[in-house]
Amino acid sequence: MAVLDILTLPDERLRRVAEPVTIFDEALRAFIADLEETRRSGPAAVGIAATQVDVLKRIVIVDVSGRKNTPNHGYLVLINPEIVHWEGYETAREGCLSVPDYTGNVIRATRIRLTANDPWGRPLELEMEGYEARAVQHEMDHLDGTLFVDRVVSRRTDLFRRKVYQKGGQPKGG
Amino acid sequence: MADWHMLTLVGADRPGIVAGVTQAIFAAGGSLGEASMIRLGGNFTIMLMAAVEGGEARLRDALAPVAADMDLRLHIDPVAGGLHQHLIPNVQVRVTGADRAGIVAEITGALAGVGFNILELDSDVAGDPRRPVYLMHIQGYSDQPIEALEAAVAPIRASGIAVDIAPVETLIG
Repeated sequence: MAVLDILTLPDERLRRVAEPVTIFDEALRAFIADLEETRRSGPAAVGIAATQVDVLKRIVIVDVSGRKNTPNHGYLVLINPEIVHWEGYETAREGCLSVPDYTGNVIRATRIRLTANDPWGRPLELEMEGYEARAVQHEMDHLDGTLFVDRVVSRRTDLFRRKVYQKGGQPKGG
Repeated sequence: MADWHMLTLVGADRPGIVAGVTQAIFAAGGSLGEASMIRLGGNFTIMLMAAVEGGEARLRDALAPVAADMDLRLHIDPVAGGLHQHLIPNVQVRVTGADRAGIVAEITGALAGVGFNILELDSDVAGDPRRPVYLMHIQGYSDQPIEALEAAVAPIRASGIAVDIAPVETLIG
């Protein structure tokens, strides 16, 4: 196994869209082992995406099992993940291995249902919520070249958007 | 790299203030650092880190025309420190209550008493002008448990001010 170099902003390679994985072989699983070793080697990251190590494949790893009182599915390798349903939204602070020395508030869905493949190509269907759902959304963004800094909101903006989402239109008086 | 200065600029809000100020600093060969800019009570307020060879005198010369043109009051201080010194907040405090004098002093006094370090604070007066409501959001760092902060603000809650204290956890992905 090896610890891979992590791309950091403003590296344009972080902005590329990753390709679906079509071959589920030993080379893929060896890369996943390297990706996980890379995640564990740095600051306490709960996830990592292949894009962050300059591999343009739709692969993310998430593991929030180390956080207290947090519903989770343990160590998760999600290949070709697709969110098929989401609901709710909440704001929380995020940082990123690819954006050192910066954190910001980001709105994410609170519950998601997703499909993916495991490292052997078998289909997965998962439902998750809260912190784990946030981590998966953060990592999946990387696969489309999006970073959390593209989604940062101020708390004032957040308050405005909440009203818009809840009412389905502009906030009204009275 | 020249030393950092903290610029404070305040004036009646109008379009073009940020562009005018930052273009003046750029034209003087200066660099910008962290900034906070917001409209408060119809005024536009700027707190801005800037560094330029020639220091305060050069900044003052560069900004004098735009300050005069846009009727901005300008204050400049040399500052220690610099970039890449972020602290990550671990506690959020939300305060809401009928507006009255002393809310901020009481809340922040109670928090300071248990060593709470405010990193960000914004507040607003909203509601019906005849029955104004004060709202305040604070993010900061505390090495005390949430229970200690709750205990510190308990007397203020008893006076009818809603104080919500919650941990802020930063997800690193």
